[in-house]
Amino acid sequence: MTRTRVARALALGASLAVLAACGTGSASTDGDTDGGDASTITWWHNSNTDPGKAYYDEVAQQFEDDNPGVTVEVSAMQHEDMLTKLDAAFQGGDVPDVYMERGGGELADHVEAGLTKDLTELAADEIETLGGSVAGWQVDGATYALPFSVGVVGFWYNTALFEQAGITETPTTVEELLSTADTLKQAGIEPISVGAGDKWPAAHYWYYLALRQCPQEVLEDAVQTLDFSDECFLRAGQDLETIVDAQPFNQGFLATAAQTGPTSASGLLATGKVAMEMQGHWEPGVMQGLTEDGTGLGDDLAWFPFPAVDGGEGDQTAALGGGDAWAVSQDAPDAAVDFVKYLLSDEVQQGFAERDMGLPTNPAASGSVKDPALAGLLEVRDDAPYVQLYFDTAFGQSVGGAMNDEIALLFAGSTTPEAIVEKTQQAADAEG
Amino acid sequence: VTSATRGRTGSGPSSDVAPTPAAGVGRALARPARGGGGRRAGSVRTGLEVALFVGPALVLFAVFVVWPVVRAVQFSFYRWKGFGPLVDFVGLQNYVSVLGNDVFRDAFGHNVFIVVLSIVVQLPLGLAIALLLNRKMRGQGSLRTIIFVPYVLSEVIAGVVWLQLLQPRYGVVDSLLGAVGLSGPEQGWLGTPDLALWALLGVLTWKYLGLAVLLFLAGLQGVPDELVEAAQLDGASWWQVQRRITVPLLGPTIRTWAFLSMIGSIQQFDMVWILTGGGPANATTTMATFLVTEGTKRYNYGIATAASVILFVVALVAAITYQLLVLRRDVGEADAGARRGVV
Repeated sequence: MTRTRVARALALGASLAVLAACGTGSASTDGDTDGGDASTITWWHNSNTDPGKAYYDEVAQQFEDDNPGVTVEVSAMQHEDMLTKLDAAFQGGDVPDVYMERGGGELADHVEAGLTKDLTELAADEIETLGGSVAGWQVDGATYALPFSVGVVGFWYNTALFEQAGITETPTTVEELLSTADTLKQAGIEPISVGAGDKWPAAHYWYYLALRQCPQEVLEDAVQTLDFSDECFLRAGQDLETIVDAQPFNQGFLATAAQTGPTSASGLLATGKVAMEMQGHWEPGVMQGLTEDGTGLGDDLAWFPFPAVDGGEGDQTAALGGGDAWAVSQDAPDAAVDFVKYLLSDEVQQGFAERDMGLPTNPAASGSVKDPALAGLLEVRDDAPYVQLYFDTAFGQSVGGAMNDEIALLFAGSTTPEAIVEKTQQAADAEG
Repeated sequence: VTSATRGRTGSGPSSDVAPTPAAGVGRALARPARGGGGRRAGSVRTGLEVALFVGPALVLFAVFVVWPVVRAVQFSFYRWKGFGPLVDFVGLQNYVSVLGNDVFRDAFGHNVFIVVLSIVVQLPLGLAIALLLNRKMRGQGSLRTIIFVPYVLSEVIAGVVWLQLLQPRYGVVDSLLGAVGLSGPEQGWLGTPDLALWALLGVLTWKYLGLAVLLFLAGLQGVPDELVEAAQLDGASWWQVQRRITVPLLGPTIRTWAFLSMIGSIQQFDMVWILTGGGPANATTTMATFLVTEGTKRYNYGIATAASVILFVVALVAAITYQLLVLRRDVGEADAGARRGVV
């Protein structure tokens, strides 16, 4: 019997050891997030191709030289990989010291879970320099991340195809947009591609129409209180219905992906199959990756802002956009905050802009953007009275996802403008 | 707060799960001891051996199967974003909202559609091909390989290939149709809500027909030649032989294949995710795509785990019902005693 007990004890011990090992894995939430060393900073970013990758390595090296004793551990990851790893890091509680935040509801959740450091006092000067751009990264008046690139959504178009159809001026109202689309169709050219299969590119239309229909106060209020009862949200849906009914979109748009592969919405624009696509500031880079020679549309690519809506109560020049910001995790060493400040300095932001890595937020770097299309976009962003953060980001993925779903259904003609407001409100109420 | 909560939940179940191997050892020990009383030392040794070999497997099973299932059930009672402590207990509310969700109910319907039509389409087709390939003919081996190739292909690769083939206008399928003067649907096969599920079913049939054929061919090897010869001597035609002898004797194989097909269809995820992502207009969502969307896309882990528990229950009920109603005959014929032990 003694030996039986030994056998049992062995088996029990072995299983306990394994379980205990699992336990410690997830339990180390606060202890060693700084890598056990207050002078080592972990930094995750998504510039995993040159020139961005080399530049960021250079920046980290420079910071180490300026701050003896501090080590920056840089991890450059592909964007989607980084998001997956960040999700896992948040779940495990082992968040990198400096990481990217997209702002809005997602950030608010991280703040609520106590994962992100309040930078309001620690980086007061930088926040003042950045001005209005930080709005998307504020929760209850406190700033939790410093945006380093903020872009806006607008129409990218193929100047050669416009010329071929005899179009000389870009549309400034939605009606003009639809008549431009008709002219293109008559010339045998598919007017606009939209990646409704991925939902969010389709949802951007509704967002922009809401921006044109709703005064800024109404939108600000909606982000705060998640109340969508204002009539203007309904009118945005009705305007969208008008656009969809005019059939300006590419064949098969309901199943078209946003930007993966040559048959995606971006791919169709990049290969000259359609004349326009409404997309964010990253579009030129995406299109370069989708063409064999790596140039996208090259010099044929140009940009115009989302047109105005006649009679809309909203601001007709306000822009929809979003961007990326550097955040510091709650348990990060002080040097991490200094590092983020350094990343937003005039010098680093200018280098960032010169390499066309994004649209800098530090005004000192605005002049450094070389690409003419991006420079024009930067002008629109800086002239806009305000830049509204993408609604799905602003409201959080739960409400935003329900909203995008229903908007995509409107593109399929299987729902109503009323239902978009209703479903969004339902998801918002479920948030409690 | 986070670490404290995790520490507590981490240590709790370990005391529940851990005794399992020990209990197993006890039972294993008892058996030889009952048979031979004088060989105690040997039985302890056997027990140790059993503990040594079974223990690690049981521990792995507990850690990677039982424990996640327990955690999933636990998550499903909370509103939880995927990080931070589990504090917002909501009881059965997640289940109520999943069951009340139109998209989930449609997804369930799509699963049933795939289950039923996979069997209805693949059974006669697979049987016909297997019977044909079972005849002696030239190129038999290469024909069998060709039929089986799609099944060997990774589901993801097959999905990406078909996604490109089915593209509207520029895809191969539409180009071929165009070459003979026909045109594909305006929005494409995968972009038209009414057609997408059928297109998906077509691709799934192409992918999994090979498995049915392979299994049926294997089953056909078990049909004794004597029976066929005897029937032929009695003047039965080829057709009669197949109908009266081959197919009935293939019964157990067919029932097992149908079971595999059913479970696969209930859990269908990969192909849908790649071909349509559940769209257009939620026309092809399955229970699995629903829960992945809710979980990893929207961070509603409570809702997602509730959906996963429902999916688990549906699969379990379907499996047990099928075992009891259909497979019982096969198992009963093989070993009536053992079945009582299992069920």
